[in-house]
Amino acid sequence: MEMVKGERWITWIIRISGYSSILFVSLILIFLAREGLPALGKVPLGDLFGTRWYPIESYFGIWPLIFGSVLVTVGALLIGIPFGIGTAVYLSELAPSWIKNILKPVIEILAGLPSVVLGFLGIQLVAPSFREFLNLPTGLTAFTGAVLLGFIAIPTIVSISEDALNTVPNMYRQGAMALGANHWQTIWGVTVPAARSGLLTAVMLGVGRAIGETMAVMMVTGNAPVLPHSWNALFLPARTMTATIASEMGEVATGSDHYHVLFFIGIVLFLISLAVNLTASSLALRSKKRAERLLS
Amino acid sequence: MKFAARIIALLTLLTLLAACNSTSVDSTAPAASTYIQNKGSDTIVNLALAWAEAYQSVLPEVRISVTGGGSGTGLTALISGTVDIANASRKIKDEEIAAAEANGIEPVEHVIARDAIAVIVNPQNPINQLSLEDIARIYRGEVSNWSELGGEDRPIVRLSRETNSGTHVYFLEEVVRLGDPENKEIFSADTLLLPSSEGIIAEVSDNPNAIGYDGLGYVTHEVKMLAVTASADKPYVLPSVESVNNGQYPISRDLYMYTRADAPQTVLEYLAWIVSPEAQKIVTRLGFVPILVKTAGK
Repeated sequence: MEMVKGERWITWIIRISGYSSILFVSLILIFLAREGLPALGKVPLGDLFGTRWYPIESYFGIWPLIFGSVLVTVGALLIGIPFGIGTAVYLSELAPSWIKNILKPVIEILAGLPSVVLGFLGIQLVAPSFREFLNLPTGLTAFTGAVLLGFIAIPTIVSISEDALNTVPNMYRQGAMALGANHWQTIWGVTVPAARSGLLTAVMLGVGRAIGETMAVMMVTGNAPVLPHSWNALFLPARTMTATIASEMGEVATGSDHYHVLFFIGIVLFLISLAVNLTASSLALRSKKRAERLLS
Repeated sequence: MKFAARIIALLTLLTLLAACNSTSVDSTAPAASTYIQNKGSDTIVNLALAWAEAYQSVLPEVRISVTGGGSGTGLTALISGTVDIANASRKIKDEEIAAAEANGIEPVEHVIARDAIAVIVNPQNPINQLSLEDIARIYRGEVSNWSELGGEDRPIVRLSRETNSGTHVYFLEEVVRLGDPENKEIFSADTLLLPSSEGIIAEVSDNPNAIGYDGLGYVTHEVKMLAVTASADKPYVLPSVESVNNGQYPISRDLYMYTRADAPQTVLEYLAWIVSPEAQKIVTRLGFVPILVKTAGK
């Protein structure tokens, strides 16, 4: 069929906007590599993967920053996953529609809260109360950051998990009920496993949201670049990669060792999110294949 | 071709609007250099804002925009030629001068006020005075409990500004290293690096374990300032305008504005006004220490 002239234009515009995201990602990659990789040549590898971060005296050990980010992100997930998926299950499987009509917009508002506002609440309310209730030396800890990040990740996890649960065909639930399963058994044994790949995507996007978050973390984690020695470190101050880049990039002289190391941290951050995404998609793919095998 | 006609009409309208705009700007702005960009030290930002505001009544046609970001940020902007005045709470470094000269800019230093760094603790903390040596040992991580300094049995939580702050560098050199350029000690790794002065005040006023430092101009009544001595044979001195001006308080410094040597006349006039007694009154009001004006005859 002959395309109308206008239609061809529109197809082209859509096609270009589709390809442009590939272009942007590769441009960002090239830029990151150009600015970050020289760090490997300028700073000895032993120093770069050392244990002390104090850039104004050329201590460029990035391990404390990597561990700080991992610690805060894992902590955030320990809070975000149960609450997020739990909320999604409640919304999609249990909640009466009038509660659903209230809860969904409220969660969307939570998603729209600027993280600096959460950070401010963190400094004024969360950190002081954690210090008192948990009897910590200071409330500005990785745990405080993890709790705030958990709250930031929850709306992402809830909305995507809920979508995944909603796509599970009603036949599955009816089938389970017909076999004598009660409501809880249906949710736990049939609905949640059937939506598994969607839930996994939700969690991975939550991870992405948490590990990339900067402002709230910078305000409440205390930013001390300490290498954690045990899980106790969750209740001590920590410094994340994002907070380091954000607070130091403004001051750094372009082209200095410190500048290249900050971009190198950017590369590390990028590789971590890439690894998270690849793991997520391979897991989702595997479970899909299994489901296809079962159906065939 | 209705569509094309509409676009042409729109373009004509935009051109007309743009033309109107440019002529109106020309008529109100007498010279190009009446807009002064001022950026740098967070320690100075409130002072610089107050000056910029007061200067409105002196010369209303000069508009001054003031932003913070840290001494390094301001000097970097001066070096790259994007600001007229860089505020700095430390002297310009040799490599910054070199970078500026490589860019064809010769930085000129102006002392515009003095500042003292107050060492602060929570009002509940019974400690009232410390020597510089004790403070250095705390921040190096050699002392970790208040009881070792005669206080309560509490862990010490060390608070500092971020490394991009001039106050941080000044405190490192004058307190942690006790002013010895050979000394290469640095802050203990578990020192909390907070992004703002307000963050430090908030945590110290809330946490009885904490010790922090901040410019005298930022200290509020929610925290307690410590009396400090440089050595055991000298008296402990609380920071104040008097004790800084007569040189008794050991942790005090000059504050600077840097301009390029070929700065426009409006910028030079502004800097001349800043060291006038009228402008230095604002310095006192904000808790900083005014510089002694030469013409005062003292």
